[in-house]
Amino acid sequence: MHLAYPAVLAALLFCIGLYGVLARRNAILVLMSVELMLNAVNLNLVAFDVWLRDTLHSGQALTLFTIAIAAAEIGIGLAIVLAVYRNRGTSDIDRLRDTAETDDAEKLPDSAGTDDADTDGTVPTPGRADEKTGKTKKAEATT
Amino acid sequence: MLLNVTATVGTTTAAATTAAGDHPGFLSPSGVEIAFLLVGLATLGAAVITVTTKQLVHAALWLVVALGGLAVEYLLLTAEFIAWVQVLIYVGSVVVLLLFGLMLTRAPIGRSPDADSGNRWVALGVAAAAAAALVWVVVDAFRTTWIDLDGPAQGSTEVTGSFLFRNWVLPFEALSVLLLAALVGAIVLSRKRDTDTTVRPGTNRTAKPGTVKPGPPASPGTPGQEEQS
Amino acid sequence: MTTTTLAALVPLLPFLGALAGLAVGRTAPGFVRPLAILPTLTAAVLAVVVAVRQGGGRAIDAATQLTPTGSVPIDLALHLDGFAVLVAVLVTVVATCVQLYSTAYLRDDARYPSYAALVSLFTSAMLLVVYSGDLMVLLVGWEIMGICSYFLVGHYWETPEARAASLKAFLVTKLGDVPFLIGLFALAADTGSFRITKILAAVGNGGLDHPTVIALLLLAGVAGKSAQFPLHTWLPDAMAGPTPVSALIHAATMVAAGIYFVARLLPVFAASGAALVVLAVMAAVTMIGSGLAALAQDDIKRVLAYSTIGQLGYMSGALAVGDRGAAVFHLISHGAFKAVLFLATGVVIHAAGTNSLAAMSRMGGLARRIPDAFWTMTVALLALAAIPPFAGFFSKEAVLVAAEHTALGDRSVAPAAAGWTILVAGLLAAVLTAAYAVRLWLLAFRGRGAEVPDHGKQPAAMTSVLWILAVPTIGFGVTVGMIGDWFDGHGLTPSLTTAVLSTGVTLVGGLVTYGAWRHTTALAARTPIGAVVAHPGVEPALVEAEAMTSHTAVYGTIAGAADPADPGRLLLGPLHRHAATGFHLDALYTVLFVRPVQGAARLVRFLDREVVDTYVNGTGAVTRLLGTAVRRAQTGNVQTYVSALLAGSLVLVIAAVVFANVNAGS
Repeated sequence: MHLAYPAVLAALLFCIGLYGVLARRNAILVLMSVELMLNAVNLNLVAFDVWLRDTLHSGQALTLFTIAIAAAEIGIGLAIVLAVYRNRGTSDIDRLRDTAETDDAEKLPDSAGTDDADTDGTVPTPGRADEKTGKTKKAEATT
Repeated sequence: MLLNVTATVGTTTAAATTAAGDHPGFLSPSGVEIAFLLVGLATLGAAVITVTTKQLVHAALWLVVALGGLAVEYLLLTAEFIAWVQVLIYVGSVVVLLLFGLMLTRAPIGRSPDADSGNRWVALGVAAAAAAALVWVVVDAFRTTWIDLDGPAQGSTEVTGSFLFRNWVLPFEALSVLLLAALVGAIVLSRKRDTDTTVRPGTNRTAKPGTVKPGPPASPGTPGQEEQS
Repeated sequence: MTTTTLAALVPLLPFLGALAGLAVGRTAPGFVRPLAILPTLTAAVLAVVVAVRQGGGRAIDAATQLTPTGSVPIDLALHLDGFAVLVAVLVTVVATCVQLYSTAYLRDDARYPSYAALVSLFTSAMLLVVYSGDLMVLLVGWEIMGICSYFLVGHYWETPEARAASLKAFLVTKLGDVPFLIGLFALAADTGSFRITKILAAVGNGGLDHPTVIALLLLAGVAGKSAQFPLHTWLPDAMAGPTPVSALIHAATMVAAGIYFVARLLPVFAASGAALVVLAVMAAVTMIGSGLAALAQDDIKRVLAYSTIGQLGYMSGALAVGDRGAAVFHLISHGAFKAVLFLATGVVIHAAGTNSLAAMSRMGGLARRIPDAFWTMTVALLALAAIPPFAGFFSKEAVLVAAEHTALGDRSVAPAAAGWTILVAGLLAAVLTAAYAVRLWLLAFRGRGAEVPDHGKQPAAMTSVLWILAVPTIGFGVTVGMIGDWFDGHGLTPSLTTAVLSTGVTLVGGLVTYGAWRHTTALAARTPIGAVVAHPGVEPALVEAEAMTSHTAVYGTIAGAADPADPGRLLLGPLHRHAATGFHLDALYTVLFVRPVQGAARLVRFLDREVVDTYVNGTGAVTRLLGTAVRRAQTGNVQTYVSALLAGSLVLVIAAVVFANVNAGS
């Protein structure tokens, strides 16, 4: 069998998984896409193992390991998604934006003269309070 | 055959390339190749539907098709054991886990118009460019390489058991520890804490299931409906 | 103790006194006065002992090198000759008197401790200049004097006049000090040493390559310190300081330093005939110009300031004709009588409550109120006008005799042109000196009008030093016979020609002024002007400060007064207006230096604000802009991040593959 068939199939499958990871909104669908990518790698491993007729069969052994690790990954990943969903009420990736730069952040390092009272840290600004609650939310999400 | 292949990767490649003349070209595919091609196309199609469908549960089911297709490909490559493991673990457990995940996060049944994020076109560009680059490189590199599928199966259960427990037994045992750790981790992560028993109401996703129309496919919809009721 | 040790102690004691005074000034006010007076007094005694031991014989030299200082060594050296020991005696005696006087004059001043310490430091620096045998060490004292004068002139820094005057004194003297420093380096480069003895030896062997350049550079510094034309303008304004400081600056320190420096290095200047002619012209212009200006001043202290400039012109003139004996002789006698004049003026201002001669001329009985000041001031004015047998007569005669000898070719040290210049200018200046001395005396003590209010008896500390200093004012002249031996050895006795000539013109000047005064004094009663500060019972310094501050407000200018009863106005005629402002030299400096500097400062400010700041602000703005742009990318959306990451790695992969193919192909 021509080696290009499994190789090209694996490449395309990998890119489809890539698209899914980048384009899907639901975290579980992203996990599915990750599975596709892993399987593309597995196909490659098996195909090259067969082609090379390796005595140790490294490719097949690694494929088995990858499958096991993928199973573990899907378990952990789903647990995380569930925890996030419990805390946030959503599992949409593009709604989990606690690390985004907000306009409140701009005031902090800036000393334009008028903001001195704000920047000396004694007066908690509303933006900072929001940030603080956001951090606690994040902490809850990860525990 | 196993005893013969003791050469290094480089010499094997060289031998394969020199033997290229003995093999038929693209225009005279063998039966295995035709089967591989057809199943590969089906797999690709299923994968594409998996990442593009608007119905979340359907995506999981199309994933079953894609992974099953891959299992067939493994079979065609004479890796029998891996094919069955693929069916058992991926189709049997992983997809079921994913379906449970969908249910527990109250994924909507039926078409959800916002299944893809706004990043879609960027993702498409990146994926298409990556596909073009990879395919070009792979085809360019393995244009004249053939796999010799004759002889005893290289991935039969016997062979697999032999190399796995002869050469790879230590990593195999280490992997069991990893699986155990993953198990514990998943339990710790998904366990509800006593202080945080109430589910915080979601902004819009949790409100939607009430207005969701009954989805056309019955069998994938049932777990979602059960969860909903 | 050896003479060298004693001599080293002379500058050291006031210095230590200054340090101690500054240290204990706040914590132990009771020690301030003893710490001010005793070190200076001890230094005076030691200076006298040193002078007696040295005795005008061979110069005593001692040097020690603390550390190697490169190609031209700098030594802590003493060079004690007749000039040094006598000038040191003058400095210490006047400084002691000033310190004594200040205890009463500034008795309630809150800043008295720092004032006294600065006076001690000033004295110490001057003594360092006097005794030092090394030009670099001399320069140290020279510069310390500059900064001390800045602080002391600005003692009343609450008043704008004092602030401006102290700054002006500092800047103008520094203007001269820069070329002075370059001149010192040039001199050391030519002769290979900073030691005065070695320099003089080298000059004697003709080892000076650029005598004119060096002499002119040094002259700039001398002109700045000794207030010679054209750098004299700081001295009249320095009258904004307390009167004892004026006495110290004018009589013993600071202005004397320049003359003394030239006297020490006279062979260097004498090596260049051109430098001597320049010095002579400078002296002549200074003498006549300051005489005219003194005749037009209304502030009594400014009259004395211009008279100091004029007398310094005489000393420069003596140096210009190569007679440093006469110069230092006049320096010492002038130090004595000018100290008396200033200290007595302090008493007068205190008693009259004003520093304006116009106001004094409208008061009666000032002489009766302060008899000590009246008599000592009369004596000192006679000495100033060079009336025999007072000290000023003999010293001024020495200068004129030297000039005459040079002019007639009897002395060949200096060009005859310099001699003629000095002789003619000196005689003219003698007329003017007599005129302004008589005017000062008449206006201050022969005023007619309301009786001066009684401020009580003047403190003994103030009046006693007047009499102490009056002794040399009267009697220093009799030493003329032997003082020449302390100097270069040639006689300083007056010759008949110049004595008759100068005394004659002096009498003419005095009588003409008296006539003019008789003519104008009738006007005085008709035009009442003047304002008096009346603070009976407070310290004299306060009265003086207020009088100076109010002078501009009352009379319009700091220098002159629109008084038709002023004999100077009649004598000078149309010149009066120009003379009162010091012949517009300050205005000239404003045009030449101040405005360009201010313009340059504005330009620099403009460049800084508009150009440099634009770049700085632009950097900040660009950074902010980039930050905003980068911030825009930080959406928090993980998929965006991963997309960018993968796109980037894809580009890298493609680049790697392409380059690998290109390289493989080539």
